[in-house]
Amino acid sequence: MTGPDGTVMDPQVLPRDGDPDITPEVVTDHGLSPEEHERIVRLMGREPTFTELGIFSAMWSEHCGYKNSKRLLRLLPTQAPWVIQGPGENAGVIDVGEGYALAFKIESHNHPSAVEPYQGAATGVGGILRDIFTMGARPIAVLDSLRFGDLDSGRVRYLFSGVVSGIGDYGNCVGIPNIGGEVAFDRGYEGNPIVNAMCLGLMKREELITASASGVGNTLMAVGARTGRDGIHGATFASEELSEDSDEASRPQVQVGDPFTEKLLLEASLELIASGAITGIQDMGAAGITSSAAEMAGRAGNGVELEMASVPTREDGMTPYEILLSESQERMLVVAEKGKEAEVRRILEKWELEAAEIGRVTDDGRFRILEDGVVVADIPALPLTDGCPTYEREGVESEEIAKLRAADLSEHLIPEGDLAKSFLLLLGSPNVASKRWIYHQYDTTVRTATAVRPGGDAGVVRIRGTTRAVAATTDCNGRFVYLEPRVGAMIAVAEAARNLVCVGALPTAITNNLNFGNPLKPHIYYQLREAVLGLAAACEAFETPVTGGNVSLYNETDGRAIYPTPVIGMVGVVDDVAHLTSQAFAQEGDDIVLLGSNTAEIGGSEYLYVTARAVAGPPPSVDLDAERALQQAVLAMGRQGLLRSAHDCSEGGLACALAEAALGNGEDPRGVSVTLDDDIRPVAVLFGEAQGRIVISCDPSRTAEVLRVASRHDVPAATIGKVTAAREGFTIAVRGASVSATVDEMAEAYFGALPEIMDSTSESA
Amino acid sequence: MRAAVVTFPGSNCDYDLYKAIELVGGDPHFVWHRERGLGGYDAVLLPGGFSYGDYLRAGAIARMSPIMEDVVAFANAGGPILGICNGFQILCEAGLLPGALVRNASLRFESRDVLLRVERADTVFTTDYDQGQILRVPIAHGEGNYEADRETLEVLDGEDRVVFRYVDADGEATEDANPNGSWHNIAGIVSASGNVLGMMPHPERAMEAVLGSTDGVGVFTSLASTFVTAGAR
Repeated sequence: MTGPDGTVMDPQVLPRDGDPDITPEVVTDHGLSPEEHERIVRLMGREPTFTELGIFSAMWSEHCGYKNSKRLLRLLPTQAPWVIQGPGENAGVIDVGEGYALAFKIESHNHPSAVEPYQGAATGVGGILRDIFTMGARPIAVLDSLRFGDLDSGRVRYLFSGVVSGIGDYGNCVGIPNIGGEVAFDRGYEGNPIVNAMCLGLMKREELITASASGVGNTLMAVGARTGRDGIHGATFASEELSEDSDEASRPQVQVGDPFTEKLLLEASLELIASGAITGIQDMGAAGITSSAAEMAGRAGNGVELEMASVPTREDGMTPYEILLSESQERMLVVAEKGKEAEVRRILEKWELEAAEIGRVTDDGRFRILEDGVVVADIPALPLTDGCPTYEREGVESEEIAKLRAADLSEHLIPEGDLAKSFLLLLGSPNVASKRWIYHQYDTTVRTATAVRPGGDAGVVRIRGTTRAVAATTDCNGRFVYLEPRVGAMIAVAEAARNLVCVGALPTAITNNLNFGNPLKPHIYYQLREAVLGLAAACEAFETPVTGGNVSLYNETDGRAIYPTPVIGMVGVVDDVAHLTSQAFAQEGDDIVLLGSNTAEIGGSEYLYVTARAVAGPPPSVDLDAERALQQAVLAMGRQGLLRSAHDCSEGGLACALAEAALGNGEDPRGVSVTLDDDIRPVAVLFGEAQGRIVISCDPSRTAEVLRVASRHDVPAATIGKVTAAREGFTIAVRGASVSATVDEMAEAYFGALPEIMDSTSESA
Repeated sequence: MRAAVVTFPGSNCDYDLYKAIELVGGDPHFVWHRERGLGGYDAVLLPGGFSYGDYLRAGAIARMSPIMEDVVAFANAGGPILGICNGFQILCEAGLLPGALVRNASLRFESRDVLLRVERADTVFTTDYDQGQILRVPIAHGEGNYEADRETLEVLDGEDRVVFRYVDADGEATEDANPNGSWHNIAGIVSASGNVLGMMPHPERAMEAVLGSTDGVGVFTSLASTFVTAGAR
């Protein structure tokens, strides 16, 4: 149909029997503003049907459309010669050498995990795995970045243990090793846990496939699990209004994961991609069939036509609206080359999976939905994906937080009693203590490639048949971001990079997960904008472009937002696994060298939280040039084989970093004898969280060379002590004071903390 | 050694096992659970993982796969069969080994390195070890707690059919060294005729120093050397 001015007019689509009328209430219930509704009517040339409105509401939701973050995300650097695929696909992809490419991405499942921690977390892992293998890459590792309230709450312990089992059971069953991550506990996350899962996948460069619906006439196939009524509209709103059926109201909004089907889907997908029978494949994730089909059409500039009656469903009587917006797990949309449908079906049959032809790629640029041959939705495809309105909001810092940052911390520099007591208290704080209780529930060694397991500064997976390896870490100290978002975000990137160089990996690229509150509140939008600016600056400085990620907003309970938490998932490349470095002190008599400088800063530190329950003061300052120099110095030392160990200083400061290096994995601890001569208050030297510091140890015959390499990179370096035998204990002398403890006392505090809390108290809510 | 690595839907250590066999110079082949016939293979290996998602009970559905008839026949003919982790569970479900593997005493998945004591250095799977040797090998399982009726346990002890036990650094089979609550710290057992070994720990994950341990190599070299010296069955 052509209008009088030559533009293509939308064909008339009749409402289905029983569909509600499009009233202002219905529009609001779909999370769309009156202006957005007007925009839809303008685009369509008419009022959308109920089905069409549902499609728009999903595609223009925050989750799919990035309404409030897209403009900010454009500020992030995304280019580098080694970037093969930047943002916009299922995952970013970088070149890691010798013909190999690494796909990686992080994603959040915060809201579902707050409601149903086990399934919420499990399906989060499932989703991120699918994002990776739909690129043609075999998943080789997962990491998890978690935040919870304080563990003295029974509800928090329930959430924590449920999330950990959910992540473990799913990844263990599919057979992907967990190689690291992080967890933090702070009242700032009470009620709103953060569950971010990251996945890495490896492929040969030529195996890369993108998710686009190319090739007019090609066949769209639904693959994997059947479509049910679960998770309908997870991307926008709760489904109570969908039907008068009372069952609907009680239906859980959290999807249920099936890792067994996922494993079959993984193998089948990789076999499909290798077969050449398909041109594109995408997970039916948030907003299900709608977003996968619309995004694939959008990327190819084509249209799609889907017949709802052909979609295999779990129950009869599902409406097109329900089928289109279902978020049932473990489903994929595949574009089969015309004539190769049988081959697709044969591969799926081998893996005991279903495949149904549900539509085709068209050349008219329309997103057209049929029900038994009758058109029930007909929308221009491109505006669905690219026409989502984006907003720049007003951003103003909260006065309350500005005040906290300006707080006078001088009283906290006077130790509350015995320094050694504070030291052990910090080591036993869940934020510092060993996370073994968690990762002993995760399979870390399946696929026989894990060269550095969880518990180190970063996880490392070797690339079989080469000397190379890839490393990954997740980092973000939400307190720092809360107190000063731009600085806090820079610190997150800096810490991630330090973690990578400590194991011997060159920081290469980033995926990020922006976890924030409601962006319509000016002080939250301020945090978001400032954090993105901080990320952009640090990523520029370190040449670690952002290749994709996820935005999770509205993380609020009773009007209180979480700490702004832009989690950084950073990957790095190790040229030769012979240069891998452990964080544990290895040899009695080795010199301990501190790279970087101690400062008097204690703002936002774990020490303040543990001793005074305070989150206050400015976060430590960060010098991006100095960080970069430090990274390069440590990498150079590693390559020259000078290092026996390397460990980043973060939560709990230098004292805790030394303790962690002394304890190692607990099997073969060492003692430490260190003297710090800085003219700084003992509390700050020991427990302050100054940035840009790494503790290394080396054979005394190499110390001079270590110091020379440091000086060549303009990195401050000082020999601060010796590694000793465990029986000699742990001593740090500072000006006018000292901290001493036996290795047994430290081990008890450090390794005993989480089991003590989790195994001796009830886990019920 | 021409070895069959039998894979079920949900197996996830099949590739690791394949590579372990390759590393000792063996000739591994994947055999899909719906295939039939194991003639021409020197050894049959059942990998770890979650066959059929461990639904119903670990190994309970896999043991009904078509290939299992051939696995049983291969065992009855005296062919060596090694089941690791889920493979061990399947062997128990199929009746090729006695007893059962129930949920870990902790009720949690347990993944870490453990120490094993070699109790028998005279099986086809352990000739390259010394009796009493201590091995460092990873475990990763939720249901590895070996249980059987009293009579069976007495037979296992009486016939020296426990091949590996969980021990501490001093080689003692203590309660603390037991990661899953197994009876008498049992980590691996053989069949009465000695040709079927089931074990929960993963020797195929302890094949290279860069991954933390090479203590698992002996299982595969022992098996492979049988076929170098004795030729094919």
